[in-house]
This record gives sequence, C-alpha cells and structure tokens, in this order.
Amino acid sequence: MNDTKPKHNPLLERGLMLPNANRMKLFSFPYILWMAGFIIIPLIMILFYGMTTSENRFTFANLAMIAEPINYKALALALLLSIISTVICLILAYPLSIILNNIKMKSNSLIIFIIILPMWMNFLLRTIAWQNILERTGILNTLLTFLHLPTLNIINTPAAIILGMVYNYLPFMILPIYNVLIKIDQDVVNAARDLGANSLQTFIKIIFPLSLPGVISGITMVFVPSLTTFAISSILGGSKIVLMGNVIEQQFTLGNWHTGSGLSLVLMIFVLLCMAILSKYDKEAEGSSIW
Amino acid sequence: MVKNFFKRFYIGIILLFLYAPIIILIILSFNKSKSRAKWGGFTLKWYAELFQNDDIMRALYTTLILAFVSALIATIIGTAGAFAINAMKKTPRVIMLGITNIPMLNADIVTGISLMLLFVALRFSLGFTSVLLAHITFNIPYVLLSVMPKLKQLNPNTFEAAQDLGASPFYAFFKVILPDIFPGIISGYFLAFTMSLDDFVITYFTKGPEINTLSTKIYTEVRKGIKPEIYALSTIMFTAILLLLIIANRKSGEKNIPLRK
Repeated sequence: MNDTKPKHNPLLERGLMLPNANRMKLFSFPYILWMAGFIIIPLIMILFYGMTTSENRFTFANLAMIAEPINYKALALALLLSIISTVICLILAYPLSIILNNIKMKSNSLIIFIIILPMWMNFLLRTIAWQNILERTGILNTLLTFLHLPTLNIINTPAAIILGMVYNYLPFMILPIYNVLIKIDQDVVNAARDLGANSLQTFIKIIFPLSLPGVISGITMVFVPSLTTFAISSILGGSKIVLMGNVIEQQFTLGNWHTGSGLSLVLMIFVLLCMAILSKYDKEAEGSSIW
Repeated sequence: MVKNFFKRFYIGIILLFLYAPIIILIILSFNKSKSRAKWGGFTLKWYAELFQNDDIMRALYTTLILAFVSALIATIIGTAGAFAINAMKKTPRVIMLGITNIPMLNADIVTGISLMLLFVALRFSLGFTSVLLAHITFNIPYVLLSVMPKLKQLNPNTFEAAQDLGASPFYAFFKVILPDIFPGIISGYFLAFTMSLDDFVITYFTKGPEINTLSTKIYTEVRKGIKPEIYALSTIMFTAILLLLIIANRKSGEKNIPLRK
C-alpha cells in the first residue's frame, strides 16, 4: 500500500484536467449521452407507462393492481424467498471468505477465478442441472436411497427456488466479502491482539466492522436479483409457484404493458428501499466496485 | 489439525455445491440417451451433431458477436467516461457515479423492460441492434468501475515529467498514462464480455422474435427439453475458458517468481 498518493491529487487535477479541461468535457459526451438516452429516459418511460391507461390518461390503476391477491402474494413470496436466500448466502459466504483469506494463496486471483468460473456455463443450464439433481428420481434421491436415508421431494417447492437462488448468487456474496477481507491491514488486527483482545473480540470490534462495505454490496447483489428473478422460479418452481418477476413477465407476454410497468414500479420501490436501508450502513459508497 | 480438516472440508463442500451442476452438464453431453433422466451409455455424437445444427450455431454466433462488440464499444465509452468523471468536481462526480450504478443495482427485469419500452416508443424494430444497444448499456458501468480505481492510483508526476522531457500531451498519454491504466481496461473488457455472454433477462425483453442468443434459446427449450447438443456446446465453451485461464495463470505465475526472490 502506498499512502503517499492522496485520493484526489491537486497535481493530478492540474496536470490532467486544467490544460485539457475541454478535451475532458468532450470525453464525457458519449458517456453522458448514452446514460441519459438508455438509462434515464427508459426509466421515465416505465414511469409513464405505469401511470397511464392505454388511452394515455393518467391513472393509479396499474399501481393498484398490486392489491390483487395473486399479485401481492407473488410479491410477498418473492420478498420472503429472497430474504431467506440472502441470509443463507451470507451465512455460507462469510466463513468461506475468512477461510480463503487465511490460506494466503500465492495469488488471490486464482481464488477469484475458481469462484467466477461456474458463471461461464450458462446460468439457465446450471439451473436445469439442479432439476436433474433434485428430481423425484434424481441424483440426490438415488444417493439417499442407496444410503438407506429418506428421500427429499423438494423439486417444484419454494425450497428448490431458494436453493436455485443461493446457488446462482452465492459468488456475488463471496467475492465482495473476500475482496474486503484481503485488504484489511494485518497490523490493525495485530494491534488489537497486542492490546489484549481475544479472537472473538477482534472479530466483533475490528474485522467485522471493516468488512461491512463488502457485506453490504454482497447483500445488494444477492437480494435484488433474487427478488426479481423469473427464470429460476419457472425452472425449479414448476408452474404453480409464482413470484413477482413471473407476474411481470406474464403481463408483458400478454401485452398488458401498462399493468406490467405499474407492477415493475412497485417492485422498484422495494429495490430502492433495500438500497436506501443499506446505504445508511455503507459510508464508502462512492466508487466502491463490486469486486 | 481438526480445525484445518474442518476448513478444508468446508471449502470442499462449497466448491462441490458450485461445481456439481457443471459436472452433471458435462456428463450429460456424453449421454447416449436423449433424456436427461437416464444414462444410455457413452457417446460423442452430440459433439458431431452440434456443428450440423444451424439453429444452435447461429445462436452461438449471435452470442459471441454480441459479447465481443458490446464489450468493445462499452470499453471505449466507459474508459472515456472514467477519465471525464475522474476530472470532475465532487458533486457532479457523485451524481455521475450514482447514475452509473443504476443499471448494476437495478433489477435486470426493470432495465430490460424499460429499454424495450424505449425502443418500441422510438419505433425501433427489436432485433440484433436493439440487443446490442442494451448490452452496451449494462456493460459500460462494469468498464467504468474497473478503470476508475486505476485512474485514482495514477501518479500525475510521471505525466508531467514526460511532458517536461519534451513529449507532447498526446504522446505522453499513450506512453505514460495508458500503460498504467491498461490492466483496468482489460479487466473491464473481460468483465463486460462475461456479463454479455451470460445475460438472459435483458436480452429476453429486447431481442424481438427474429434472433436468439444461447440464453434465450435455452429458455425456450426448457419446457420441451434441452437438446443434448447444447450440453456439448457448453462443455466445449467451459473447457476452452478453463484452459485459457490456466494458461493465463501460468504465465502470470512465471512473471511473479523473480519478483518474489
């Protein structure tokens, strides 16, 4: 670590920015245009569709569709399953990150490779492979029968969907936590030990607070895709279990764009709520990268 | 000893969890039986038939071109954007980074739907170009956030030194700044490439009926049963990337040795 380089070096700004201030502005044009055109305007489009009828008249009816039992049940189930999955991911990923951090591999890029590598096989295919494992006569049950254990019938249940969520998004919890842990200055930990803290105290007072930014970004990166998925639930949940993502997808397939947009807005409220709560705990939000 | 055993056991269990489906897909690619449910003996015929299957080959081609081009354009726009944002004052920089984070943090389904609504409103027909534009959009943030940290670490004195020694700002940029941030650009490109390759939801909403990527093709086949050729294809892709990573790792490992001594 080189502490002699301040974050925003005045020299840097003089050297890189002032003489070229106009050139820098030119650089930002394609980026700003792109972000405005393909992020801000589309979001306004959703807002517009969600708040109007098909005759372009203002209405709250699309948002009120959430009050239909099938819709709010789908939202409630999606919230429940994604919260459970996020908690399981955190419980699995945190100890793993600590263990991986303690191994002190020659290069930590190898560990990151091993965690990312499964993502190179299409996630739908990997989810389909879980069907094979979990099916009534699937691999898991064959194994359990062989060991004379009772079989598990979890395919097409919420449990299978949770498993699919945990499986697909676990790397997104492991990587940010691991990346924060390897950056913790060992001297700080040693200082705590010298001052008489035992391992538990060191963990609670030093390591965990320092790893919080990683935990926060991990939670966001697991919770949001779990909450909004429709592919995992349609593959592992069968046709009977409907999550919010499935409801929205169906509305769009049926051509009810206004209802679909309205329900998307409701979904977005929960995504934003999650981020607002988490950003309270994350002081270093600016520029914190995902891995 | 016991503690160590437990640690290894735990890593093993998690790796088994992450890799079990992949092992199953590789086994299925050699399965003579067309059904996923039973093993009908070893065969290589799906690998041979894969290359005869125009549908799959076209989806593969679309997927690869899409990943290649979208990552490239996103890298150019994202790197330029990183320079610009880095030179901004605090308030505009925070706002810009906030907007950059939207497609990464927002739900894919919302991003996909919002882009579809935009394309339809503009009477832009859904097809390859609309998917390409969508992929560039969600790829830019990954590039930008890979390049930004490298820019912050830059030592500005080297740039000034190069100019003091007579280099034009243009020459100094290519000789001094670019090599320093290049690792960030490369990792941004590969991250963007991977994200594009693996995307399903945003493609699904922006693609229109005429084209398919591997993801959307697989999704349409989920109900009627996946063609075994797809297992063969993904086994080939997985092995290819595994070999590539091993070679890359070996090379960087060799470079590390003198540094360590």
